[in-house]
Amino acid sequence: MDIKRNYYEDIELFKSNTILVWSILFLIFLAILPWFIMKYHLLGLSIYIVNLIAVHAIVAIGLNILVGFTGQISMGHAGFFALGAFTAVILVLRWSFPLWIALPVAGFVSSAFGFILGLPALRLKGPYLAIATLGFGMTITTIIKRMEFFGGRMGLQAPKLELFGTPMKDIHYYYVIMVIAVLMTIGAVKLIKTRVGRAFIAIRDSDIAAEAMGVNLTYYKTLAFAVSAFYAGVAGGLYAFILGFINPESFHLIMSITFLAMVVVGGLGSVMGPICGATLMTYLDIKLQAIQDISLIGPALVTLSQKYMSIAGISNIAVIVYGLIMILIVLFEPLGIFGFWIRTKRYWKTWPF
Amino acid sequence: MFGQLIVSGLAVGACYALLALAMVIIYKTSEVLNFAQGEMAMISTFIAFTLLDTYQVPFPYALAITFLFAIVLAIFFEMVFLRQAKDPTVLGLIIITLGFEMVLMGFVGWKWGPDQRALPFPVSNIEAYTFYGLIISKINFWTLIVSLVLMLILFLFFRYTKLGIAMRATQQNQLAARVMGIRTKWIFSFTWAISSMVGAVAGMLIAAMGVLDPPMMMDPLLKGFASGVLGGMTSLPGAAVGGALLGVIENLFGGYVSLSFKSVVAFAIIVLMLCIKPSGLLAKHYVKKV
Repeated sequence: MDIKRNYYEDIELFKSNTILVWSILFLIFLAILPWFIMKYHLLGLSIYIVNLIAVHAIVAIGLNILVGFTGQISMGHAGFFALGAFTAVILVLRWSFPLWIALPVAGFVSSAFGFILGLPALRLKGPYLAIATLGFGMTITTIIKRMEFFGGRMGLQAPKLELFGTPMKDIHYYYVIMVIAVLMTIGAVKLIKTRVGRAFIAIRDSDIAAEAMGVNLTYYKTLAFAVSAFYAGVAGGLYAFILGFINPESFHLIMSITFLAMVVVGGLGSVMGPICGATLMTYLDIKLQAIQDISLIGPALVTLSQKYMSIAGISNIAVIVYGLIMILIVLFEPLGIFGFWIRTKRYWKTWPF
Repeated sequence: MFGQLIVSGLAVGACYALLALAMVIIYKTSEVLNFAQGEMAMISTFIAFTLLDTYQVPFPYALAITFLFAIVLAIFFEMVFLRQAKDPTVLGLIIITLGFEMVLMGFVGWKWGPDQRALPFPVSNIEAYTFYGLIISKINFWTLIVSLVLMLILFLFFRYTKLGIAMRATQQNQLAARVMGIRTKWIFSFTWAISSMVGAVAGMLIAAMGVLDPPMMMDPLLKGFASGVLGGMTSLPGAAVGGALLGVIENLFGGYVSLSFKSVVAFAIIVLMLCIKPSGLLAKHYVKKV
C-alpha cells in the first residue's frame, strides 16, 4: 500500500514496480510512435504536431514548477520562450554553435532574465504579480521587435541543421526533443522531491510560515523563477528549430495565456498533469485551426459562418473553445485532468464503498 | 514642443485613465483583476460600429444601445461564470477572466474578421483646434472633455447617490453591508455593469483615435493596468491621476528619449512602482495580517 517506511522510499523516482513497468512501456511507445504515425496517420497526427506537443509540454512542466508548486503567477512565459528561441537561433546562425551547446545557453539566458524578474516578484503577491509578469511578457517581445540584431519585425530564419552530413528532418528532431523532454520531466520529478522542491511547496502553502521555518524566501522564489524560465528557454530553442522561422509577433500575450491554460487544464501541482494539458490543448488548437476540414461539423460551421459570421475568421472558433475550456475547468474541476485522474483512482481503490 | 507633448499625452492618458477606472471599480469591490476588460470594451465598440456603419443608426441611439449591451454583457459574465466559482483562488479568478477574454476575442474575430476598420465617430481625428499656439486634434480635445465629465459623474455617483454609497459600503466591509440590508450580490452586478460602461467609452475613444480591429485593446490593457498600479489599484482618483501621469510620461519619453521604446515605459513604471510603493500613489497602504 501507500505507507512509506523511510525517507529514501519517499524520494524514489518510481514509487512501485507497477509505475516502473508503465514508465518503460510509455518510453517504448514514444520510441515507436513515429513509425505508427507515418504508417497509419492515427488521429490525423503528424510528427510535426507531436514535436510541438513535446515542446509545449516542456514549457508547461516548467511553468508548473512556478505556478503549481511555488504558487507564483506568471503571465509572461511567452517572453522567456521568445528569449530562448532568439538566443538559440542567433547562437547557431551568427556564431555557428552546435545545437547541444546553443540549447543550454538559451536556457541559461532565459533563466537569467527569470532571476531578474524574480527580484521584483519577491515583494508582489497574486494579482500584482500577474500584472508585473504580464508587462514583462509584452515588453520583451516589443524590445525584440525593435532591435535589428534580432531581425526586427521580420524575425529570423532558423538555419537548417545537419546530422552526420544529412539535413535534419522532423523525425530526427522528434528523437532529439523526446530525449530532452524525458530528461527534463525526470528532472522536474526529482526536483520536487528534494529539499528545494519541498521549500517551493512550503512557500506555496504559506510563505510566512515557510520563512519562519528557515526557508530563504529571496533565494527560493528567484530560484523558482529561474528554473521555470530555464525550461521555457530550452523549449523556445527547440521550437525555433522545428518551426524553422521565428517572428516576434508570434510570442504575444495569447501565447502566455495558452501556457497558463495548459498548466491549469492539466492540473496544478503535478508533473504528469501539465503534460496531459499540453497534449490536449495543442492537439485541439491545431485541429480547430482548420475546423472547416473536420467532417460533419466543418461544413455546417462554414454555412453558419457565411450566413451570420465572417468566413475569414472561422479559425477563431479555436480561441473560443480554448477560453470555454479554461473557464469550465476552473468552475468544475479546479485540479484539472490530474484531479479527475485522482478521483477515478480513489473510486476504484475503495470500490464497493 | 514640451507643451505639445504634455497636451497630447494628457489626451491619451485620459483613455488609459478610463480603462484603469473600469478595472479599479471592479478590483475594489470584488478583488477580481479583470483581464477581460479590454475585450469587453472592444466587443462593445464593435457593436457600436455595426450600429453606426451597417444599420446607420443615429449616434445617440447607437450609444444608448451600446451601453445597454455593455451592461448586459458584464452582468451575464458576473452571474453565469464568476459567481459560480466556489471558493476560488486568485489564480482561478484570473483564469476565468482570461478565459472570458479569449471567448470574446474569438467571437469578435469570427463575427467581424481580422480586417482593420474605422469607427464612424462624430468628431474627426484629422482636424485640429489651436489654443495659444498649441495644436490639439479635435478627437484628443473631446476625449479629454468626455473623460473629465465621466470622471465627474462617477465621483458624484459614488459620493451622493444611495446606490453609490451602498457600493462603497460593500467595498469596505461586505458582511457589515449585508447586515445593513444591502443586497451585496446585486451590488456586485451593478459594479460590473458600471465598469463595463466606462470601459466601453474608453474602447470607443481609443478606436476613434486609431483603428478598430480585434487586437486593438491589447496594448491599452497593459497601459490601463500600469495606470492602476501607478495610482493605486484601490483608489478611484488614483486611477485617474495614474492614467494622466502615464500618458504624459510616456509621451515625454517618446519625444525626448526614444520613440521606438516608448511602450517599455509602462512596464518600467509597473515594476518601479511595485518595488517602491506597492499600494500606489494615492491609495492607503494596508498590511494583511496572518
